[in-house]
Formats: sequence, C-alpha cells, structure tokens
Amino acid sequence: MALKIVKGSIDRMFDKNLQDLVRGIRNHKEDEAKYISTCIDEIKQELKQDNIAVKANAVCKLTYLQMLGYDVSWAAFNIVEVMSSSKFTYKRIGYLAASQCFHESTDVIMLTTNQIRKDLSSPNQYDTGVALTGLSCFVTPDLARDLANDIMTLMSHTKPYIRKKAVLIMYKVFLKYPESLRPAFPRLKEKLEDPDPGVQSAAVNVICELARRNPKNYLSLAPLFFKLMTSSTNNWVLIKIIKLFGALTPLEPRLGKKLIEPLTNLIHSTSAMSLLYECVNTVIAVLISLSSGMPNHSASIQLCVQKLRILIEDSDQNLKYLGLLAMSKILKTHPKSVQSHKDLILQCLDDKDESIRLRALDLLYGMVSKKNLMEIVKKLMLHVDKAEGTTYRDELLTKIIDICSQSNYQYITNFEWYISILVELTRLEGTRHGHLIASQMLDVAIRVKAIRAFAVAQMATLLDNAHLLTGNMQRNGICEVSYAAAWICGEFSEHLENPMQTLEAMLRPKVATLPGHIQAVYVQNAAKLFATVLKSQEGNTDSTAAQETSQLMIERLPLFVQSANLEVQERASCILQLVKYIQKLQQKDVEVAEEVSALFAGELNPVAPKAQKKVPVPEGLDLDAWINEPPSESESEDEQPKAIFTKEETKHSRPRHIEVDEKELARRREARKQEQANNPFYIKASPSSQKVYQDTPGVEHIPVVQIDLSVPLKVPGLPMSDQYVKLEEERRQKERAEKKKKEKKKRKEKRSGRGKKHDSGPESEEDITPAHMVDIVTEEMPENALPSDDDDKDPNDPHKALDIDLDNLGEMAGRRPLADSEKLPVRSHRAVEAAKSPGEDGDAETVATQQPKKKSGKDKRDDKKKDKDKERKKSKDEKKKKKHKHEEKEEDLLRGEVHEPVVQSEGISQVAELPTSTSAEVSDLDFWLSNAPVPSNTQVESPPLPLPLISSVNTPLIHSMNYWSVICCFFSRNLSLYCLPMWISDLFFCLVLIFLTLVFFDTASSLKGHITLSSSILQPSSV
Amino acid sequence: MIKAILIFNNHGKPRLIRFYQYFTEDMQQQIIRETFHLVSKRDDNVCNFLEGGSLIGGSDYKLIYRHYATLYFVFCVDSSESELGILDLIQVFVETLDKCFENVCELDLIFHMDKVHYILQEVVMGGMVLETNMNEIVAQVEVQNRMEKSEGGLSAAPARAVSAVKNMNLPEIPRNINIGDINIKVPSLSPF
Repeated sequence: MALKIVKGSIDRMFDKNLQDLVRGIRNHKEDEAKYISTCIDEIKQELKQDNIAVKANAVCKLTYLQMLGYDVSWAAFNIVEVMSSSKFTYKRIGYLAASQCFHESTDVIMLTTNQIRKDLSSPNQYDTGVALTGLSCFVTPDLARDLANDIMTLMSHTKPYIRKKAVLIMYKVFLKYPESLRPAFPRLKEKLEDPDPGVQSAAVNVICELARRNPKNYLSLAPLFFKLMTSSTNNWVLIKIIKLFGALTPLEPRLGKKLIEPLTNLIHSTSAMSLLYECVNTVIAVLISLSSGMPNHSASIQLCVQKLRILIEDSDQNLKYLGLLAMSKILKTHPKSVQSHKDLILQCLDDKDESIRLRALDLLYGMVSKKNLMEIVKKLMLHVDKAEGTTYRDELLTKIIDICSQSNYQYITNFEWYISILVELTRLEGTRHGHLIASQMLDVAIRVKAIRAFAVAQMATLLDNAHLLTGNMQRNGICEVSYAAAWICGEFSEHLENPMQTLEAMLRPKVATLPGHIQAVYVQNAAKLFATVLKSQEGNTDSTAAQETSQLMIERLPLFVQSANLEVQERASCILQLVKYIQKLQQKDVEVAEEVSALFAGELNPVAPKAQKKVPVPEGLDLDAWINEPPSESESEDEQPKAIFTKEETKHSRPRHIEVDEKELARRREARKQEQANNPFYIKASPSSQKVYQDTPGVEHIPVVQIDLSVPLKVPGLPMSDQYVKLEEERRQKERAEKKKKEKKKRKEKRSGRGKKHDSGPESEEDITPAHMVDIVTEEMPENALPSDDDDKDPNDPHKALDIDLDNLGEMAGRRPLADSEKLPVRSHRAVEAAKSPGEDGDAETVATQQPKKKSGKDKRDDKKKDKDKERKKSKDEKKKKKHKHEEKEEDLLRGEVHEPVVQSEGISQVAELPTSTSAEVSDLDFWLSNAPVPSNTQVESPPLPLPLISSVNTPLIHSMNYWSVICCFFSRNLSLYCLPMWISDLFFCLVLIFLTLVFFDTASSLKGHITLSSSILQPSSV
Repeated sequence: MIKAILIFNNHGKPRLIRFYQYFTEDMQQQIIRETFHLVSKRDDNVCNFLEGGSLIGGSDYKLIYRHYATLYFVFCVDSSESELGILDLIQVFVETLDKCFENVCELDLIFHMDKVHYILQEVVMGGMVLETNMNEIVAQVEVQNRMEKSEGGLSAAPARAVSAVKNMNLPEIPRNINIGDINIKVPSLSPF
C-alpha cells in the first residue's frame, strides 16, 4: 500500500502541476490555444487514473483554465470525486473548482448533498469551513432545503470561525429556500449579540441584506440595532447598520427623529470618512422622510451640506465623487440649501475626471432658475464645444435639453433663445440624440404659439442648409432634426416668408438619401406647402406661376414614388395623383387653392403621450372578439408581413412624441446610459492640450487681433444663441430702468418722505418677465385620466419570496408560532415529509406551488374510505357543521378582541374593535419609538402611526379571512353541491373539514380554554 | 452584496476571477474585457468608482477598483455596500496578500492562483464580507497551509522537490510589483 502511494507520487513528479501549466502557457505565446488543448488532453488522461492526488492536480489545473475562459463543466463529476477526498488539501481544491464552475443546472450537484453534509459535521473546523465557502457559491434550492437544518446547527458551533460562515451562508439559503427564513430567524437574531465581533458583523450583514429588500418586516429590530449602533465600535458594522436605518426610516418617521441625534454625534466625532459619509447619507434619508419642518431640521441639513462641501473640496477624487452623489439626494428635497453651493458645482464641471463631471451635471439640473438658466446653458455649450468624446458630449446635450425643458419650460424666459440653442446643437457631429432635439423643436413650436414665426424661419434655413448639417445622412443621428424641420415648415407654413424656396428645398433629389420615415414627412409636408404656395400664387392672379408649381411637384414626386419605403411610396403616389388632377383643373382655369388648402385645414393640438391609452373603450366594443371568423392555423404565414409593418411603424412613430415628459426622458436616459456603458471608449483620456491652454490663467491678457472677415464664418441665417444672452441682459436692464423710472415717477407723485425704499439689489425671480407672451399649451388628456405611472417591479426578484412576516416569532406573541410543517426538514424526516404536507396551513405566500398539488392527491387516497361512510351522514354532519360554525364565530370574536377585525364574506361584516394592544414586541417598538426625544419647541407630536401594527398584523388577518371565505363559500354553495357528482362534493367536504381543523389548531394555541371543546368536535372527523 | 471580484493586469490578462452569480465562461470573459476597457482608460488620479458596465448588473451596480503597479483589483458591488468601505476592503485584501506572499508581485498571483483564491475565501464569502481584520485572515490562512503541509508529509516530498527544482529557473522577470505606495491614498478608516 505504502509502495503504491510512493509510486503514485513518483508518477506525479512527471505530471505537470499548476505552475508548470502556467509556465508552459507563458512559453507558448504564439500557439497558446494549441498548447492548452494538448494540456486538456493530458488532464483528461490524469482524471482517468485512480490516484486522488493526480486527480486533484488535474482539477487544480482545470480551475486555472476555467479562468482563461475554457468550459470545464465536462469534468464536474471528477470535481465531485476530488471534493469527497478525505484529505483537506484535495478537498479544498475540489471545493474551489466547484465554486468556480458549478451552477444551478449542473446535474452532478445533487450527488454532493451527502458529502457536503458529512463535511459540515466534520470534526475539523477547516473541512467545515471549506464546505461552507464552497456551498455559498453553488447552493441550489434542493441543497438549501436539504442542508438548511445542518447549517442552522452550525450557527451555534463552538468555533466563531464556523459560526460566522454559517451565519453568512444562511442568506444564500434563504434566497434559495425562503421557507427556511421563519424557523431560522430567531437564531439569526440571537447572533446579533454574539460575543465574537466577526459573527456579530456577519449577522448584521445578513439582516441588512434581508431588510434592504423587505424593510417593513424588520422594523421591530430597530431598537436592537439602535443599541448596537450606539455601542459598537466596529466601523464595518456601524456602516451596515446606518445603511439599514436609511432603508427603515421611510417606513417609520418616528425612527428618524430618534436617529438624528446619535447620527449627528457620530458625524461630529468620527474620523473615518466612510462612516461620516454613510451617516450623512442616512441623515439625508431621515430628513426626506420627515415631511414637516422640525426645528433642528435646518440645522441638520446645514450640517450635511457643510460636511459634503468639505468632501467635495477634498483633493481626493473619491470623496469628491461621493460628495456630489450625496448632494444630488439633498437636491430633491432641499434645493435651496444646495443652490448656495453653485460655485463649487460649476467648478466641478471643469474637473478632469469624467465621472465627477457627470455627477456635477446631475446636480445642475436642480440649480437653474429663470435668472441663471442662460448663463448655465452658455457654460454648458462651451463644454459641448470642448468635449472630445461623443459620449460625454451626448450626455451634455441631453442635460442641456433636460435642464431647459424641466417642469414645462418653467425657467425659459426667451424661447427664441431656446430655439437657437437647439439649432446650434444640431451642428454637433455624430451625436445620437437627433431625435431628442427634434422632439424638443416640435414640442416648442407646437406649444408656444408666439414662437412659431421665429421657429418656422429657423427651420426653413435649416432645411435650406440641410446638406451642411447632415454629412453622411444614413448614419448620422442628427438627420432626425430635418424631420422636425420639415414638419414645422409644413404645418405652420403660413409663417414662411418664402414658401416656394422651402418647397424646392424639400423636394431636392438628395432628400431621397434620408431614412424612410423622414422622407415620408418630407413628402406629406411638401403637399402642405404646395397648398400654401398655390394660395398665395392664385391670390396674385398669376396662373402661370401656380401651374409651374404644380409642374415642379409632378417632376419631383416620382422620385419618391419609387422609394423602397412603403410609407413614402404610398404618400408620394397619392399626392402625385392629386397634383396631377389639380394641374388638369388649373389648365381649365379653375381656382383650386381653396380646396387644396382645405385638405390641411384645422390645427393640430398637442396630446399627452399616454392620452391614447387612457381613452376608455366604448361600451359594447369588445376588442378581443373576432370580427370575422378567426383564420385557420395554416394561414399563419400571413402574419409575417404584418409583423414587419408594425415594427417599422413603431420605429417611425418614435420621433412623433411631441411631448417629452419626465418618464419618457428618464427612459431615454436609461437607454442612453446603457448604450454609453456599452461603449468601450466611455472614459476619455487626459484632457486635451486645448483645454489646458484655455485654463491657463492670464490668457485673457494676450492681445487677440480681431480678424476682419468680410465673409461671416457662420452659416448665414443660423442664429447665434450668445447674442440672446446679451439681448436678454439688455432687455432686463431696460426693464429695470423702466421700473426705476416708474418708481421715481411714483415717488415724485407721492412725494412721501419714506426715502430710499428700494435699492437696486439683485433682482428677484419675479422681476424677470418673459420676453414673449408665452402661451404654453398643455397637452390634451381625456377626462378622468391621470398621468399616473404604473409601478412595475421585477416579478422575478428572488427577494420577493423573502417577504415574510417575522414579527410574531417571539415566544411572547405566540400568535403564529412555527407550524410543524414550517420546521426545517431534518434528514430523518425526509421520508415522512410528503405525508406531512397536508398539515401545511394556509401560509399561501411561502408555500411552494407543488405542495398543494401533493396535498390534494394524498387526501383523495386517504379519505376515500371515510368518504363513503360520510355520504350517509352528510345531513347529520351538516347540522354539526352549523354548530361548529357558530362556535367558530364566537371564538373569532374573542380572538378579534386580541388581534384583528375579521371581515366575513357572507356580507355581514363583523366589526371588532381596533386592537388597543397587540403583541408585546410591537408595543415594545411603539414604546421605544415614542420615547424619541421630542423637539424642545411647542410642535405637537405627530399622532402615533399605526404602521408597525399593520405590518405585523396583516398576515394573520389574511389567513383567517381565507378560512372564513372557504367556510362561507361552502355553506352558500351547499345546495348546488347536491347537484354535483357525489365524489366531487365528498372531496370538497373533506377539504373543508381539514381547513376547519387547521383553524381550530390555530386558535387553540392562543385560547387554551377552547382546546377541549374543539378537540371533542374534531374527534369524529379525524377518525 | 459583491457580485464579482476581478483581478487583471495592465493588459487585461485575468489573474483571478470570482463571480458570485452564475455567468457562462464566454460571458465571464466578455465581462472581463468590458471592465478592463472601462478601467484602463482612466487616469490614476481620477476617482475609483465607475457606474457598472452594461454586462454586469446595471444601474444599481458600481465598479470599485484600485490600481496597484501592474494589477487592477476590481469589485463589482451593489448599493448595499459602502463605496469607501469596499475601497478599504481591497486595501485589506492586498495587504493580506502582501503578508502571505511576502512582498507580493504579479508573478505570485500568476503561479499561485489557487492560494490567492484561498486567501480571498477568508475575506469574502458568497458575495458578502466575511472578515476585515487582517491578522485574523492571515492566521486562518496560515493554519490551513500548515494543515496542507502536514498532510502532504512524506508522500508529497518528491513532488515538492521536483517543483522546487523547476521553480529555480522561474522566468527572470524582475519582481518589480509591490505595493510600496499603497498606503498613501487610503481614506482613513479607523482600524477595525
């Protein structure tokens, strides 16, 4: 035997070990793949040998190859073999390999259950540790169910090393097997006060993870955590707890009040930046949750902002980043306090770090006012010019539009300025946000009536110079702008100075290179323009000009008729035929202009994006019903072209969103962020030399020679937004002067001896009057429609299953103690488990769906015999049942006093008194919370919220309602039961009996006095 | 929760990957490539946080990384982790490596990937922070190494001798990677 081992190890000498493999790969740089494939062949040979050492070595090498991207799942069984070695060395290799490449669909995992159980109970703590670590990576629902009990035992292991690992892994077990949460929770809670700081930290960690997803179930732990927070010195634990409180405060404002003081103390005392930062974050969360103004409210917010300023001013970029991040949270509720740090944030816009610039941009959103909007946007425009990466530039672009369009263009005083900003933005090359600019143009032009003339003029110039701004049309996102331009020019053509010229611009052959949906708009709007032109030309009684215009249309339109795009083709051919007909009429000297323009009469009004959805379906209209007979299956090929069409349709309709609301923008931003993150060139290299040059102080002093160009550099006709800034300034100055004059006049008139009342300080918001009388048309919505957004949560979130009521687990409450079925399956119980499942109570949220199935199947078999007897006794039983029900009711009334009102579905709603005192724990929490230091001023304390009560009570309420509804349902349908086949009614009857049994057990545990009664009633049915 | 821990060098070669959520091997490599692209473009004097890449996570996830000489240590975490805390954890991890390997360099990580994994297992378990006390981590790692040695005993001796001989002519790359300058920029988190 010994000889064999020695021989094996000598054999092993000549095998490659991990180091040899790595070295080999490094020496075969040119033909790495080939080398590795030979290595894999060797490994396969090694795995076939009996010697476990050789196998372990091979598995170790596989782990390395896995890192390089090779799929090693074919060796899963060998990995399991190595895992089951008795030697720690090999076991460790096996578990490592397993943790790297096993996952839920690895089928050999089910072979490991017993091995892992053995390792978990190994006398060597490191065997256990390795097994726990490995298991944490590849635990499956089956493993979790089978091993939950073993891990539970390990939570009270003597060695803290094992305890902390066992505590941590429980989180993974909960995720995979939510039923284990209730039975394991008391012990987990115990571990919060474990003498070993590592275990304690692990328990805090797990509970924080749990509470983050379902905070309301963990409110009752608040006092415990509060104690920990004030006593612990471990920063890791403190950070976790403080983060947890941040999640809890929105649910319980009183908690926030209690927290403020210790948190502010921590902020003042701690030297650790990480802790300080988390404290500030949680204080912010608290302040957000407190709706009414507390007296020391503003003091805390000041403290936070002040601390954040210190972070932002720090030279450490990390702190700067986090500071800005936290600032943006304050911004939502306390914009005023952030606005005072505008200087700092603008400064961050110039930071060399893109992440910081992006954060600063986020903040800018809340900093604008009517007064500084132009200034800020001007600054951003400068950045747009300087930005060297398209991603950052695109981000800037969207931010500019976001900032300007926020809350219904609230801060824009001069829409001419805004239109010219948009036009300037179209000059960006390679941006992907053409559609965003386009939708803004459309939105402004439609909703601000006063601006239409200006907008149309601008758009006409844009169309004229379309070739300038769309270099490569197909690829360039900016060509979307011409969509807006064409539409605006067509729709509001009455404002056009030279419609003929625009019409020609729209019918240029080059238009055919634009994307289809834009061409379609061109064609349609060319027709609108045509109508306008005809009208003006006929007014001049110049029939030849009108005929020439028709001729132009007839010449140019065939280009579009040939288009491959269906939409373009259809519109073009329709319009072509129309024009041909018009031409015929014109040749007969018939005046057609009136009729043609009647085609496009009427004004389009903006419609809210969701309006369509909100229109109620008229009564009697069944959209799901077939109008004709449904097509047979064989015709399914016909679906194909339809699908393509609709797909195109959605693509086209995208820029037609004329209203960009918050949600829409958010969605786009999300999509853009996704794209941006996809872009490997997201982070840009060091700032360009150009920027450095501009940043150098004293540049202004270098004399700049004014070049006198006779030819303007800019495209003629395109506005410069900068001039508006100046104009605006002048206008305001003028206004101010006028106002002063008026005041003087007034003063003169009044001649009151008041003296200087107004000094011309900084003007306030109200002083700024918009340059245009802006009539912002709001979107139309159908009546009764609210722009609500549907809350959509990910239905696949594994944490949903962990939303389990944990409050009444304590011994005192005893209201819903662990049912037998809820206990974790122990090994010996496994065989019996299936039989036990009928005992499962109505814990509908947690019970896996398969179990009810099992239940009914079992019942059927078990109860068949009894049923026959009962058939005859039915009427008898019926009576009993009624009695039964009465007692039930009585009991419930009693119970209701202690617990909750029960609503009966029979129609008789049974109103019990609202509970005055509930379980001890809840009242504990209430007591603890009401002890919160009440602010010293006279503010009335808010009435105690029933929130914790509700959160702890609702689950049992639902349950008893379930029982009742079943019972009531049974009695109300009693008569109809007789008509059913016998066996169905039997089955139903039995089910009801079982439910009743459950109800009795449930109530019996809380009301001892009734036990005898209920059990005596139960006797006959359970025999 | 920590979703993934990646260590790769300045050229994007992975030195250790540890995913706490299942991804296929191809996806893992893609994530490494993407993360490398994101991270390597950044200067050394910019902040250490990145909004997560598109492949791993999404908006809730952040990449937190540190760059030591030739290696990037990247942690992908969700919002339940404290950013500065994780930065500190990376520091703890690297210092632990330094202690266990005595002046750690990239070569140590290349040739002893398994050992690095064992050390990491004492720091992070299943995506949750297990231990932050460096002495405790080092102690546990050492006990386990000793166990391994004693188990090897006589039978493993020849193999060890051979590998020692082989290791004598390890590639003559200078062991220039150390963490000499790491203590400079750590935000002060008071000792645990």
